[in-house]
Amino acid sequence: MSDIIRRDPRAEWIARNRLHPLHAAMQPAQHSWMGPNGIVRKNLHGIGFIGPNGIKRIDRSGAQQGGAVKRSAAVEVQLPLHQVSAPAFYISVVPDMVGGRLSSHDRDLLGLAHQLAGNDGAVLAVVFGEHKESAFATAGVDRLLVLEGDEFSGYVPEQRVQGLRAVDNQFNPRHWLLPDSRSGGGELGRRFAAALGERPATRVWQVKDQECIGRAGAGLQDLARPLGRLILASAECAEPVSETRHEALPVELSTSVARSLSRIEDLGAVAVDPAAIPMAEAEFIFSGGNGVKDWALFHETAAALGATEGASRVAVDDGFMARDRQVGASGTWVTARVYVAVGISGAIQHLQGIGACDKVVAINLDAGCDMIKRADLSVIGESAEILQALIAAVAAYRNEAKRDAA
Amino acid sequence: MNTNVISLVSIGAHPTSGRPRRAEQDARAVELGLQLAGDNLQVLHAGDIAEPALRAYLGMGLEQMHVLEQPAGADALPALTAYLRDAGAQVVLTGSQAETGEGSGMLPFLLAEGLGWPLVVGLAQVESIGDGSALVLQALPRGQRRRLKVRLPFLATVDNAAPKPRQSAYGPARRGVLQAQDVQVVDDELLAVASLQPAKPRPKRLKVIKAKSGADRMKAATAKASGGGGQVLKGVTAQAGAEAILKLLIEEGVVR
Repeated sequence: MSDIIRRDPRAEWIARNRLHPLHAAMQPAQHSWMGPNGIVRKNLHGIGFIGPNGIKRIDRSGAQQGGAVKRSAAVEVQLPLHQVSAPAFYISVVPDMVGGRLSSHDRDLLGLAHQLAGNDGAVLAVVFGEHKESAFATAGVDRLLVLEGDEFSGYVPEQRVQGLRAVDNQFNPRHWLLPDSRSGGGELGRRFAAALGERPATRVWQVKDQECIGRAGAGLQDLARPLGRLILASAECAEPVSETRHEALPVELSTSVARSLSRIEDLGAVAVDPAAIPMAEAEFIFSGGNGVKDWALFHETAAALGATEGASRVAVDDGFMARDRQVGASGTWVTARVYVAVGISGAIQHLQGIGACDKVVAINLDAGCDMIKRADLSVIGESAEILQALIAAVAAYRNEAKRDAA
Repeated sequence: MNTNVISLVSIGAHPTSGRPRRAEQDARAVELGLQLAGDNLQVLHAGDIAEPALRAYLGMGLEQMHVLEQPAGADALPALTAYLRDAGAQVVLTGSQAETGEGSGMLPFLLAEGLGWPLVVGLAQVESIGDGSALVLQALPRGQRRRLKVRLPFLATVDNAAPKPRQSAYGPARRGVLQAQDVQVVDDELLAVASLQPAKPRPKRLKVIKAKSGADRMKAATAKASGGGGQVLKGVTAQAGAEAILKLLIEEGVVR
């Protein structure tokens, strides 16, 4: 709902029609009037207005005019600020930051950290390299330590362990929390545990009263143990922070991190055949629907971008794509980080299938379709022209990168 | 090929019945070892030699297998570290997580720390082993691969991205020899303070709607998922649109 003030013709019509059953209810409330004996009567229930938190407020300064306040739905609610000025101890969290942003697993972990920190402790997030996250404050980060520099870029687990050791020396956190995930946290946490000589609690899914429960073995058993210093927690281990805002004050290391002699050299990502990646776990999906007329061009664009191909139900039913490429309720529920929808209007079954996607790009002729409402970036236009331009742009970008490297 | 490879194996448990079997990831470690070293592959187990499931590894075509004899509940780490220090292996392969016991996945990390070797997590393929270093492919989430150059000797864990293990045949499993070796038994102190219990099913997370008024709750229940804050490019040329899309794809790091 927008803030634009609109006429309500129905309310006006009811106000004119004294026989309407809602006429009395929809009359503007009168707060005081002259009674039959010349005494001024007041309706105390009509005084005041409903504040932003749903509590009735009475403003006697005279600033408030009129009874009924136009209600607007888009009120930005300012969450209360949780401040820890002099932390008694730290709870350290090392989020995965997949794609430079906090994942839902990271947010769960920050929620768990707040459960452990209470009111006296501060949650310290340790982030490696550059990030794109802007919501550290609402995710529950009290102190933010960004370890930047060349030595932390790429795959350098040994150097990152050195960084964490430096943090450990300076802040001496009461607990270290890392996500037990395949996207880095599980590995880094175990390396750090081996370096510290601490025994971590792994795959923890519940922390309660100084005891934690984690899955053991192949998942048929649980292991209950006293809460250790290092915790590798699985997803949904706690509720994420949602009711407070935090300071996210930047802090820095007082010493420089020791350079570790790298025994593992990162030679970069290897090109994999995008068609061989299962759709459900593909990172980048290029999906076509009814609006695609030139399927050869569509395949060419997908190959140029290096994306896994997907399709809507219509495209599959019409025989342009195989059934196993269908995205949506009766096809695959995808988890791609980036999803490009070409000529897909966005039936609700399709939107359900892409519910877990991070960034959605839409190319469509119809500016009013549901996919445009869901998308982070939409381009309105004929798909064939845009795809051709996209192929040219990618080729130009690659050429330029090659020339820079040479 | 004259690469010296050791695969570490453990006893697994069937995910449904819980019966002992060859562990899935350890079998992949043996398979990868067989592809790397052929008949020179050494397979090592620390535990009970009488366990019948251990012969399933021999059925993959191994003639013999070393067993460091330990009772259940003993710490396998000191025995394995001592054995590997003198074994002269170039590559040691393990699964990433045991299927019985604690299953913390810490063993390869502690072994690497104790031996001072580098550790590769999630090995998918060994491309070449040459003078002093090896080129390997590491499996990343979402089907991606990364090429690493690692110094020899090194430890590597394999997960489900490694080649599928071959079937275990009954005849070779019977014929294979288990060579026992006595080692000093060190008890695992974790089991004194922790307790194993049957896994509780985890409750599904509920979608909590923190709406103060009925109208808000109604809206939350019926609203379509719509971002609303998306950028819409209308009436631009195809080139400008394509540039904007490409910029976002490069920012997200999916176009390289």
